[in-house]
Amino acid sequence: MYKIAVMGDRDSVLGFRALGLDVFPCEEAAEARRQLHQLARNDYAVIYITEQLSSQISAEIQRYKDEVTPAIILIPGKTGSLGLGESALQSAVERAVGADIL
Amino acid sequence: MASTTINPTRMELTRLKTRRTTAIRGHKLLKDKRDELMRQFLDIVRLNKELRQKVEKKLMEAHSAFTVASAVMSPEMLEQALCYPKQSVSLDMKFKNIMSVNVPEYTFHTENDDPSEIFPYGFAQTSGELDDAVEALSEVFQDMLELAQVEKTMQLLAQEIEKTRRRVNALEYIMIPEYEKNIKYISMKLDENERSNTARLMKVKDMMLEEQVQKAEEKKRLRAQERHAAQQ
Repeated sequence: MYKIAVMGDRDSVLGFRALGLDVFPCEEAAEARRQLHQLARNDYAVIYITEQLSSQISAEIQRYKDEVTPAIILIPGKTGSLGLGESALQSAVERAVGADIL
Repeated sequence: MASTTINPTRMELTRLKTRRTTAIRGHKLLKDKRDELMRQFLDIVRLNKELRQKVEKKLMEAHSAFTVASAVMSPEMLEQALCYPKQSVSLDMKFKNIMSVNVPEYTFHTENDDPSEIFPYGFAQTSGELDDAVEALSEVFQDMLELAQVEKTMQLLAQEIEKTRRRVNALEYIMIPEYEKNIKYISMKLDENERSNTARLMKVKDMMLEEQVQKAEEKKRLRAQERHAAQQ
């Protein structure tokens, strides 16, 4: 059995608690980094992370990209989408095809 | 990589020819794999794009509802209301094999099946906006999970395609031309040896013939001398 985690600033992620997901409010990069590694070790198959927070720890997220678990998925925080999710999609296409074809 | 110095022998030639055949077959197989992976990948990218737009739009709606709720209610009340969720979600992960890439497939189980059970609080002390926010989130959750699956699949496929593409290119532009070059070199060298051997044999034969002719002439001369002596 695997679990689902949500990371991000408090106001953006609090609502997910009602759905029964495990919520880990993080504000600072160092804390988020530590939390992310801990979650990755502990049976969390899907980790949703707000784009605002992810922009601070992109190196760590990159590290888990080629692993099967966890899947780290960017979601927009309460201040709106930064377009990071879209750009991650584009970079994956570029990596596979060798050029941006979309 | 083949070494820079190669022995121009028949054995080496046979070995290189088998390796070239294997390389060509491998190249063809990998190329097919790459093409099929690419086809699947593009489908998934399109799906991912659609899903992401949908999820982002719905999440923004949920966020705005939530912001309103947190404006209406005090932070402590909000925290308290969401503190003990009634629901709990666990995730099941299976693997699907796409062209020998293992991609995850998620299915989730909620402990409470009743859809009205998503609100972990009594309605008396909370605002209606919070209900809207939670409901919006629970609606978007199914799509979010699908997004997670599709996005991970996309990342894994992208990695595999990159690897396969490199292999195909290495075979096509480096390994196979190298084998061709070496095979050509060896067969030229062997032909050259063959020709020089023939030339040498011809030369030896000429020399032997010349020797025989000389001997015959010598004999003839001797016999003529003998005949001449006998007549006198």
